[in-house]
Amino acid sequence: MNYYESKDLGRFAEVGKFKPELMKKFFDYYSEATGTDGALTKREKALIALAISHFKQCPYCIDAYTTASLEAGSNPDQMTEAIHVAAAMAAGMNLVHAVQMLNVFEKTGA
Amino acid sequence: MREISALRMIDKKNAFEDKVLSNKLELSPQSIDTLQMNITLKCNQACLHCHVDSSPKRTEQMNKETIDKCLEILKNHPQIKNLDITGGAPELNPNFDYLVVEAKKIGKHVLVRHNLTVTIDGDPVTKESKMYLPDFYASHGIEVISSLPYYQEYFTDKQRGKGVFQKSIQSMKLLNASGYGDKSGELILDLVYNPVGAFLPASQATLEKDYKEELWNKFGLKFNNLYTITNLPIHRFREQLERLGAYDEYMEKLINAFNPAAALGIMCRSLLSISYDGKIFDCDFNQMLDMQIFVDKPVTVFDFDYNKLINRNIIFGTHCFGCTAGSGSSCSGALSE
Repeated sequence: MNYYESKDLGRFAEVGKFKPELMKKFFDYYSEATGTDGALTKREKALIALAISHFKQCPYCIDAYTTASLEAGSNPDQMTEAIHVAAAMAAGMNLVHAVQMLNVFEKTGA
Repeated sequence: MREISALRMIDKKNAFEDKVLSNKLELSPQSIDTLQMNITLKCNQACLHCHVDSSPKRTEQMNKETIDKCLEILKNHPQIKNLDITGGAPELNPNFDYLVVEAKKIGKHVLVRHNLTVTIDGDPVTKESKMYLPDFYASHGIEVISSLPYYQEYFTDKQRGKGVFQKSIQSMKLLNASGYGDKSGELILDLVYNPVGAFLPASQATLEKDYKEELWNKFGLKFNNLYTITNLPIHRFREQLERLGAYDEYMEKLINAFNPAAALGIMCRSLLSISYDGKIFDCDFNQMLDMQIFVDKPVTVFDFDYNKLINRNIIFGTHCFGCTAGSGSSCSGALSE
């Protein structure tokens, strides 16, 4: 048995076995935020979630949002682009902090 | 009371009926306004998702006697307004043209489930050309309904075979040139989306907008309506699911997505399906599962009794969850949005 089992995704609601009132609040918010057409379409939201899933490397989320993106009418090209956005952001977040390094160079005279 | 888990329901024979009862639904026939004739199991393609198991190797063909009997039923029952011709590739039945012409003579609205590529490929066995089809359809005012799983090559070819997307585009250009897909709506060309895998279709309205934009911008192509269809887990698609180890998960998805509003609009409530050998079924899927309608005895076109058929009990099975999942699914697309 592995730490991550894909069938465990289907057990998410069981976390509400304890403090169910908090889990209900989460699921109500989650459904409203991710599962409805609003200013953003469900597909746009699914692609954002797919990108975040890869950024945070959550296997449950990658599984769920790959399917959600497909079921929102997306395709491998769009989905891969979304992941590249996440990857580029991750690289950018690393690199921009190098400005701090430059600041220390200046401060220390290096 | 604990709900029966979806996975245990898969094995339960009456799982669908139980779901219908627990939702207090009543799903009896409302009308018979469409006769859907499956006139051949032969096809020039062998698609992954095909519930008919069609391919160039199939030889089953509806004979002229059975076709004439169906035409007689159509003539004697003006309340059956639509003739829906399917297969395989129905154009590969030697009496296809005859059926279309005769059905139009008696004033029926005729729809043909046309796979687009048969026009380009021709008959895979006899090599007879089918390039006449676009003009033939146009001259008889036929509504053409064609599968195009996606507006991109990758998904379409993955499901329907290498080269299918390009041939489909070529065929659609011929149909547009014959007048199909125009805003006037005189010659109707509908496209059908079905998922390229074990997932549910996206919103029909959203996909129609995407298809229209992409096909027009990239290829200058027009069509009228897009219909979304759920893949039913029988025959070739079920085998694929089982190979992938995805059957149970897919069935669970269908059961969990049961939509009572979609259930009320299922096509078996207004359609009869006729097999190549004249047997009558509630729908094409029941036909492929050999679940023949039984009223006193198994019913065929040769003992057609409208009153008995309108008062029949529809035969359901676990595959019916495919038609009631999410927005629902039918031969004319989503049942609720």
